[in-house]
Amino acid sequence: MALAKRIIPCLDVDQGRVVKGVNFVGIRDAGDPVEIARRYNEEGADEITFLDITASHEERDTTVHTVEQIAREVFIPLTVGGGIRSLQDIRTMLNAGADKVSINTAAIHDPELVRDAAARFGSQCIVVAIDVKRVSAPDDAPRYELFTHGGRKPTGIEAVEWAAKMATLGAGELLLTSMDRDGTRDGFELVITRAITDAVDIPVIASGGVGTLQHLADGVTEGGADAVLAASIFHFGEYTVAEAKSFMADRGITMRV
Amino acid sequence: MTHRVAVIDYGMGNLHSVASALEHVGAAEVVVSHEPQAILDADRVVFPGVGGIRDCMEAIRRLGCDQLLDQVLNVDRKPVLAICVGMQALMSHSQENGGVDCLNVLPGQVAFFGEAHRGDEGERLKVPHMGWNAVRPAIDHPLWRGIEPDTRFYFVHSYHVVPDSEAVVAGTFDYGLTGCAALAQENLFATQFHPEKSHTAGLTLLKNFLDWDGTCS
Repeated sequence: MALAKRIIPCLDVDQGRVVKGVNFVGIRDAGDPVEIARRYNEEGADEITFLDITASHEERDTTVHTVEQIAREVFIPLTVGGGIRSLQDIRTMLNAGADKVSINTAAIHDPELVRDAAARFGSQCIVVAIDVKRVSAPDDAPRYELFTHGGRKPTGIEAVEWAAKMATLGAGELLLTSMDRDGTRDGFELVITRAITDAVDIPVIASGGVGTLQHLADGVTEGGADAVLAASIFHFGEYTVAEAKSFMADRGITMRV
Repeated sequence: MTHRVAVIDYGMGNLHSVASALEHVGAAEVVVSHEPQAILDADRVVFPGVGGIRDCMEAIRRLGCDQLLDQVLNVDRKPVLAICVGMQALMSHSQENGGVDCLNVLPGQVAFFGEAHRGDEGERLKVPHMGWNAVRPAIDHPLWRGIEPDTRFYFVHSYHVVPDSEAVVAGTFDYGLTGCAALAQENLFATQFHPEKSHTAGLTLLKNFLDWDGTCS
């Protein structure tokens, strides 16, 4: 028996509602986050990730309240991300019931935040989210860089090097999202997924682009990911988490079924 | 059996999950506190822990939780469940944070999985050991009631316990080595995994804890 690969449904939440857009445009309403989290919990999700995609200051309280409600009745790990900028933000989310927080843009502006957060709260609860796009021409050696603002703003930071740096600073896990694939349903960007999983000793979650159950399996078998994250294929009832798990298990992937 | 549970809070992280899970499985009252009276009034005690061992041990000693735990375990002899870093704090010494002396309730060490940790077939294993791993009960124990061998529980840790005595090992997991998933000694049960995050299996174990009289048969 080996450690199981994880399926993590992701709730992208805007003003208290679960939404999912294509490349962050054309947002579709998928419902109440507490109700959806409860359903995923019952279907056998291994963890749940909650991303506050607007994360404006006024909506913080709504998010904290929703996290509290989910944590009260969902007894699997819960990661909260979106707008986490300081040790105080992390503390607020952990106190609300999050088991891990995901730091994204703030790690780019201030990498020391990752070190300080890991020292204060433990690496086990610090996830660094890495949003990447391929910047090399199709025929050139692949190069991926970090982007912020939903994939609109380049940073010039090379992705693999950054992943290794985050692991060294104390991140306990990486959440890797291909902004080229996010919302496209074309499958994970496997090249960068494999490059990063090979480069670091900490677990990596693959994210961005899942449209079929085969994509989830590919993230593990081809990309080498420790966990796979998806949103829309679960939200709109195409597949249940249980179906995804048995599909992967049938292909020889160790799952908790 | 009354179900008044105290969760010892020494200021290291969120304990609401543990409290919510205990309430979910039927605890009549759950207090989260480091106040001696609140803990001594309970009929059973949970000793959790997250974060680095140095800060945990510092807080445990500063708040007198070490003495309280001694009272609860050895004088009042109440059922105690230690979880994750709470379990590690019960050992003699941890390698984490450059080496930290712990409570020595269970003689033994807390060791790092190691850099470039590998499995039996040479495959690379990530550290932290994070996710759902299979647990094999090593002994019959009331807390394993209704839990099949190789049931998966949620783990997240980079250090693992190595007790001096094999006799206290209550369950194991495989992760490039055979690690201790649980330890048991008289009225004490300790888990490396998080029952409060382990869905149905974890809730079953917590329910068993509420029903436990603190004996091993």
